[in-house]
Amino acid sequence: MIDARGYACPMPVVMVQKAVKDGAPQRLEVLLDNPCSVENVTRFAGNNGYTVEVRPEDDDEYTLVLTRKS
Amino acid sequence: MKKINWLVVCTGAVVGLAALLLTMLGNPGNMGFCIACFLRDISGALGLHSAAKVQYIRPEIIGLVVGAAVMALAGGEFKARAGSAPALRFLLGAIVMVGALAFLGCPLRMVLRLGGGDVTAIAGLLGFIVGILAGVACLKKGFSLGRAYKVKSAEGFVLPGVMVGLLLLLLLAPGLLKFSQEGPGASHAFWAIALCAGLVCGALAQKSRLCMAGGIRDAVLFRDLHLLTGFVAIFLVVLVGSLLRGTFHPGLAVQPVAHHDYLWSFLGMAAAGWGSILLGGCPLRQLILAGEGNGDSAVTVLGMMVGAALSHNFGMAGNADAMTDGVFAPGGVGTAGRIGVVICLVLLAVISLANLHKEERV
Repeated sequence: MIDARGYACPMPVVMVQKAVKDGAPQRLEVLLDNPCSVENVTRFAGNNGYTVEVRPEDDDEYTLVLTRKS
Repeated sequence: MKKINWLVVCTGAVVGLAALLLTMLGNPGNMGFCIACFLRDISGALGLHSAAKVQYIRPEIIGLVVGAAVMALAGGEFKARAGSAPALRFLLGAIVMVGALAFLGCPLRMVLRLGGGDVTAIAGLLGFIVGILAGVACLKKGFSLGRAYKVKSAEGFVLPGVMVGLLLLLLLAPGLLKFSQEGPGASHAFWAIALCAGLVCGALAQKSRLCMAGGIRDAVLFRDLHLLTGFVAIFLVVLVGSLLRGTFHPGLAVQPVAHHDYLWSFLGMAAAGWGSILLGGCPLRQLILAGEGNGDSAVTVLGMMVGAALSHNFGMAGNADAMTDGVFAPGGVGTAGRIGVVICLVLLAVISLANLHKEERV
């Protein structure tokens, strides 16, 4: 799991990019707390072979579940 | 082919159209918008520097921040956050400003200058790209200014509130302010039109996340061109508009509020680009983020205003080329400006190295 809460863009995408490059995990959860980061991570994941499920949490936070397309 | 984000393209087009309109209605040539120049003018109007030719409360800046705040509030995206290295951000804001004012324009004005045929701005564009590449290299090595945290709402309203205060001063107590009688500061569109242009562009920029530095950064870092399309849209709209108006004058000599000191234009914009990447966005984006309630970006904007004041108080800002009675008077960046830009580049290297972190995971 990547906790990118509090980080401004592009940091959350950089963190996800590193995780994807390091091991192309089948499934990755990302914690975010602003809509701009949700958009950017979703777009990056979509462009890099992942489907994205956005789960809104309490207190304006989001969990993004990235699943590698088979 | 990846899907085009038309909101970004439309925002770029509207910013380009607004810039053309504001220039037609009185703003200086190729300066419909310039975040660096306009924050510098506001600093001058408040007496933070005494360069008589660049003092005016620019309603465009007020509109950009307030427009972003209104859009963020309406869209539920207004979040008060702060605490991500505010002192470093203040310094980085000042650094970006010193670099941009050596070149004579922020990244947005750089695009407007290019669209108007100002070939001298290519040196700035190349420097901007090199600065962004330096910043991207830092991001890849783990650069971060750290997390921001939720804070009380009042923190998020500071810069929008300051902007409303500036508007009230302009309208109700102009005698407290300094206003240029000649030069770029004396050239401006009617305040209400400038304010409306800022409001519209600020609202759209908030929604679309338009960012001059982010466009090139994302293209290099993520192979993602969506922000870059806004950058290109601004250029194309200004180019076509300038051609239609007959104000497109391609060349190197005596461009509006510009100089042909290529090396220092390059290095100044390299500092602006590098600093923008470390900050997470260009000067325009900092205004928009401050409007969304980001206290760190508000501190950055205040740093930019102080940087502008220092640029002029210490003679670091570039001087524009001029033609007087048919005699060409070259402008450029003086010794103080060259020293200032070099110091900025050294500081950027130090700040970058001092903030390399290992990846954080839970």
